[in-house]
Amino acid sequence: MAQTDKYYVPAQSVWPIVGAIGLFLIGYGAATWISSDNAQASWIFFAGCVVIIFMLFGWFGNVITESMSGLYSAQMDRSFRQGMSWFIFSEIMFFLAFFGALFYARMIAIPWLGGAGNNVMTHEVLWPTFQAHWPLISTPGGTSTTAMPWTGLPLINTVILLISSITLHWAHVSLEKGQRGPLTIGLGFTVLLGIIFLGLQVQEYIHAYQDMGLTLSSGVYGNTFFLLTGFHGLHVTLGTIILFVLFCRILKGHFTPAQHFGFQAGSWYWHFVDVVWLCLFVFVYIL
Amino acid sequence: MPVNLTQGVTDISQQVYDLHMTIFYICCVIGILVFAVMFWAIIHHRKDKGAKAAQFHENTKVEILWTAIPFVILIAMAIPATKTLIAMEDPSDADITIQVTGSQWKWHYKYFGQDVEFYSLLATRQDQINNERNKRDNYLLEVDYPLVLPVGKKVRFLVTSEDVIHSWWVPAFAVKKDANPGFINEAWTRINEPGIYRGQCAELCGKDHGFMPIVVIAKPEQEFNTWLASQQQKIAEEKAAEQALLSMNMTMDEMMTLGEKVYLKSCAACHQANGEGLAGVFPALKGNKIATEDVLKHIDVVVHGAPGTAMQAFAKQLKLKELSAVITYERNAWGNDTGDLVQPAQVKAVMDQKDL
Amino acid sequence: MTEHGPHHDHKPSGFMARWVLTTNHKDIGSLYLLFSFAMFLTGGAMAMVIRAELFQPGLQLIEPNFFNQMTTVHGLIMVFGAVMPAFVGLANWMLPVMIGAPDMALPRMNNWSFWILPFAFTMMLMSLFMEGGGPNFGWTFYAPLSTKYSPDSTAVFVFAVHLMGISSIMGAINVIVTIVNLRAPGMTMMKLPLFVWTWLITAFLLIAVMPVLAGAVTMVLTDKYFGTSFFDAAGGGDPVMFQHIFWFFGHPEVYIMILPSFGIISAIVPAFSRKPLFGYASMVYATASIAGLSFLVWAHHMFTTGMPVAAELFFMYCTMLISVPTGVKVFNWVATMWRGSLTFEVPMLFAIAFIVLFTIGGFSGLMLAITPVDFQYHDTYFVVAHFHYVLVSGAIFSIMAASYYWLPKWTGVMFDEGLAKLHFWCSLISVNVLFFPMHFLGLAGMPRRIPDYALQFANVNAIVSIGGFAFGLSQLIFLVVVIKCMRGKGEKAPDKPWEGAEGLEWEMPSPAPYHTHLTPPEIK
Ligand code: HEA
Ligand code: HEA
Ligand code: CUA
Ligand SMILES: [Cu+2]
Repeated sequence: MAQTDKYYVPAQSVWPIVGAIGLFLIGYGAATWISSDNAQASWIFFAGCVVIIFMLFGWFGNVITESMSGLYSAQMDRSFRQGMSWFIFSEIMFFLAFFGALFYARMIAIPWLGGAGNNVMTHEVLWPTFQAHWPLISTPGGTSTTAMPWTGLPLINTVILLISSITLHWAHVSLEKGQRGPLTIGLGFTVLLGIIFLGLQVQEYIHAYQDMGLTLSSGVYGNTFFLLTGFHGLHVTLGTIILFVLFCRILKGHFTPAQHFGFQAGSWYWHFVDVVWLCLFVFVYIL
Repeated sequence: MPVNLTQGVTDISQQVYDLHMTIFYICCVIGILVFAVMFWAIIHHRKDKGAKAAQFHENTKVEILWTAIPFVILIAMAIPATKTLIAMEDPSDADITIQVTGSQWKWHYKYFGQDVEFYSLLATRQDQINNERNKRDNYLLEVDYPLVLPVGKKVRFLVTSEDVIHSWWVPAFAVKKDANPGFINEAWTRINEPGIYRGQCAELCGKDHGFMPIVVIAKPEQEFNTWLASQQQKIAEEKAAEQALLSMNMTMDEMMTLGEKVYLKSCAACHQANGEGLAGVFPALKGNKIATEDVLKHIDVVVHGAPGTAMQAFAKQLKLKELSAVITYERNAWGNDTGDLVQPAQVKAVMDQKDL
Repeated sequence: MTEHGPHHDHKPSGFMARWVLTTNHKDIGSLYLLFSFAMFLTGGAMAMVIRAELFQPGLQLIEPNFFNQMTTVHGLIMVFGAVMPAFVGLANWMLPVMIGAPDMALPRMNNWSFWILPFAFTMMLMSLFMEGGGPNFGWTFYAPLSTKYSPDSTAVFVFAVHLMGISSIMGAINVIVTIVNLRAPGMTMMKLPLFVWTWLITAFLLIAVMPVLAGAVTMVLTDKYFGTSFFDAAGGGDPVMFQHIFWFFGHPEVYIMILPSFGIISAIVPAFSRKPLFGYASMVYATASIAGLSFLVWAHHMFTTGMPVAAELFFMYCTMLISVPTGVKVFNWVATMWRGSLTFEVPMLFAIAFIVLFTIGGFSGLMLAITPVDFQYHDTYFVVAHFHYVLVSGAIFSIMAASYYWLPKWTGVMFDEGLAKLHFWCSLISVNVLFFPMHFLGLAGMPRRIPDYALQFANVNAIVSIGGFAFGLSQLIFLVVVIKCMRGKGEKAPDKPWEGAEGLEWEMPSPAPYHTHLTPPEIK
């Protein structure tokens, strides 16, 4: 039950409005950049990114100072935890939209194009030569490509992420036991594994584009492949940055066994990204 | 204007109408009961009449009751609805099959196995729409070539689209089916009475969504068959004329006059009558490279369309003569004075290079 | 005790400090409410353009392409700019007060959620002036109209929607955390005012579906600009898949726009009946069931897309089921009024109008749910009539009711009762002249989203347009009432201006102090 013996309400802050302006610049910049190929507009986008980074430093700086000076109660810690959990839930729903697209294409659209269900005439009249199969290596429109096997890089990447989850957990346990050494090493390893994962993913993309003819525009197989792995990759990037920041904070001696919400949030995020990868590995690569 | 749903001219549309009325009456009865109780309270239980508030605030029995009763009513509604729906979604054993294809902003009808197909466009003239002339009776609900169907036969429609989603809707048949590009949806009807039935596209499909009506003429079987035969003959003759054309050369004047006509009918909706297009949506043709440089490229775009854009392939929609005329027109109107004269044979050559 | 950064119990001075940098839930609530009202006027002005064009057959004032932009942006602005922010504003103002919390759980993020919105809508409105015009594919932006065939400004639209989504998600997270974690001791879940309960469930819906909308716009973006083919059969996609994704968001979205209304009506009806709300527990369960069912009915917007019969039946049955919990709510309100001691101040007038008109809108919804008949109704003005009944005389009326109910608490003065009553009666009459005949237009066969129509529809359209202008003008009365209150003109409001009202908000002075519940109140 809620207990309100001490609740800190922050005073006015400049960061929210800075953040809003940053997001606006990012959105508007990206939009004009994409729709007009106007290189000028890319500057708006990058300016937005800079503003957001500036905002994040400022905002988290405030939070960290407040936290270190003991202004936060257990109740506020709960607020942060719950907020973070719901944020992760929203991320799950975002990925669900793309997984939904994947399942729909595989289980409904492509069979229908091949004449299944009440779509016999679709196949007969519109796409008589099309054969339904997954992965969709040749589309109804006639684009062909090759499927990414799950062995090789993807498998290695899976192992890397799984290990990174373990090292992160180890770091977490050490933090709770107050063992700073293993904490630092565990977290350092996790960051390293994240970077390796990203490097390998870039390799995989280059391989796909250069050797396999698998691109973003090679039909719905390529679409779902790149958007799912791409958004996952963006999340790994973000996760790695978060963990790196935590690493720096740990070097500065932040966090105590009792109070380490920041660390916890980062680790939740990392585990979430891991679970998304497992789903990806199963549904995008293997099945 | 009628104020209720049409009863239509098919068994199905009659069933749909009955279902509509049943649900409507049920809703009315529930509504009247609920509002009667409420207004009773409003009139009698008011403070200025000295009403003292009771303090009850729950009653499990009543609450269960008014959860259960609506549930039962819903089941009563669901049974006839299910029956009608299943009947509507069964296009099997049809007597004739017609492929209905929507595109921006016209319908195309193709009688399966009959060698008859044609486009059907809005016939209302622009000056009526612009209020420069009095509007006629079937304003916006008239087309140049109506779809003709036999009475008493099960007609199956294969509905699809070439560009965006349209929806083929004739209220009198209670048929509304989305035309999805790349997929074929099936619907069917069996018309009971001869007559002219009008409908409209019922899915937002861009600028002229409001201007793509549907007209169906239902004829007794005999008359329908005569009509079909006459169409087959007409289409065969047109094909022959097309052949003859290949060896003919047309003059610039002839081309420009016909070209303008075709342009206004088929191209002006997007590129505008003055050839200036709509900035950011439809490109201008005036001064456009395609219309002033390589002729073959120009023919190719008109004939095959530009994939990934709103530019349709006109090979099927226009006759050879019309194609060459309109291309000539585009290359010479609005100060595009290239002087190029595009002949039917040239167009045909481009057409045949890429298989259609 | 609550601690504050630099100690201040008075309002900060200076515009920037007070409004732009604020972390105060009441100020942020006011910002949301004012913003939403501005958007209501903007979206309403677009509706007036639509009604003016449709006043007579023929193209009168605007081009078809611009007409489509007006319909689209009208829908988007009303949904995302007027109704949703108004509810968030009410939540900001009232939730902490109602549950005995000192503020929202994450005050700085709260301010961020708000300030994203003006930028997002500026972006969207700006696109109207870009080359090629703004979004013209309906607020539902069905592919491929919104991908291959859309104007250049589509990218701007996509990112504007992303911004709105980010704002809504953060707002919703804040609401949930506040309710779950910041209740005063003794404020158990089953003691929460229903407005709090309905918002808790609404916030859950928001977090669940706004990311899905983000996914949908992202796929539109990549289909248009990066060569993907999610919605293109040639690449193995399907345009109907877009609709599935959109409506998986879209249907819960319409309940997002009505559940808080249910909460508001459940506060007002007991207050002016001087009688406790009938069936509190069943109200909570009904709200939860509506929210749960809302995830299972999305394809009732897609009956004509050619789904297999089994799917059509499933979605029809689930949709019909929603009438049951909604009915429970209506019956409970009526039972609350039954044998009460009723008075009819302006909030109550709006609440009663809500109950009647929302029920009418619900009935037409039920008719739409019947698949075979929906084939006839779909994409006609019958649908337009349905959703304006639930949205305008539903959601908007409840927001008006809430504003009148809490204005004295917000501003410390009573509103001008005469003007308010005038506003009510003008609105009530004109809203029905505006939307009721639309049912007939739809049944007679007038499709929606058309700038010009057949001659038979002319008379009824003229009546509808007149109703529309009258309803629009009536809202200016509301503007006057609100401005008068904001400038402090009017009788001083007592702590509890409504005799039968209950709740923590009435146990504090009017206007509510800048900071409330610094020490948690005692809950009886
Ligand atoms: C606040 C918003 C809101 C609300 C609450 C609702 C509520 C409902 N809506 Fe509506 N709807 C919209 C907003 C809303 N809708 C919008 C915006 C669209 C169009 C989107 C677009 O295409 O642009 C739409 C479209 C729409 C369609 C698609 C129509 C079409 O395009 O063809 C359907 C179809 O089933 C539907 C059904 C329902 C139903 C069954 C309810 C139910 O929840 C209603 C339940 C209420 C009652 C039934 C009344 C009270 C009950 C009783 C008194 C109990 C007893 C009653 C019985 C047992 C009969 N709605
Ligand atoms: C909560 C949501 C909401 C609200 C409040 C409204 C409010 C109104 N809406 Fe609509 N509407 C939608 C949501 C909403 N709408 C949606 C989602 C669509 C579908 C879009 C689509 O198809 O994609 C739609 C579509 C829609 C259409 C159909 C368009 C078409 O299919 O072509 C029409 C037509 O009449 C219409 C009219 C109105 C009117 C007259 C009002 C009035 O209630 C507005 C009243 C308010 C004002 C007028 C503002 C106040 C006054 C002034 C600014 C002063 C100026 C006044 C005068 C000059 C008189 N709306
Ligand atoms: Cu075609 Cu609307
Ligand atoms: Cu719905």
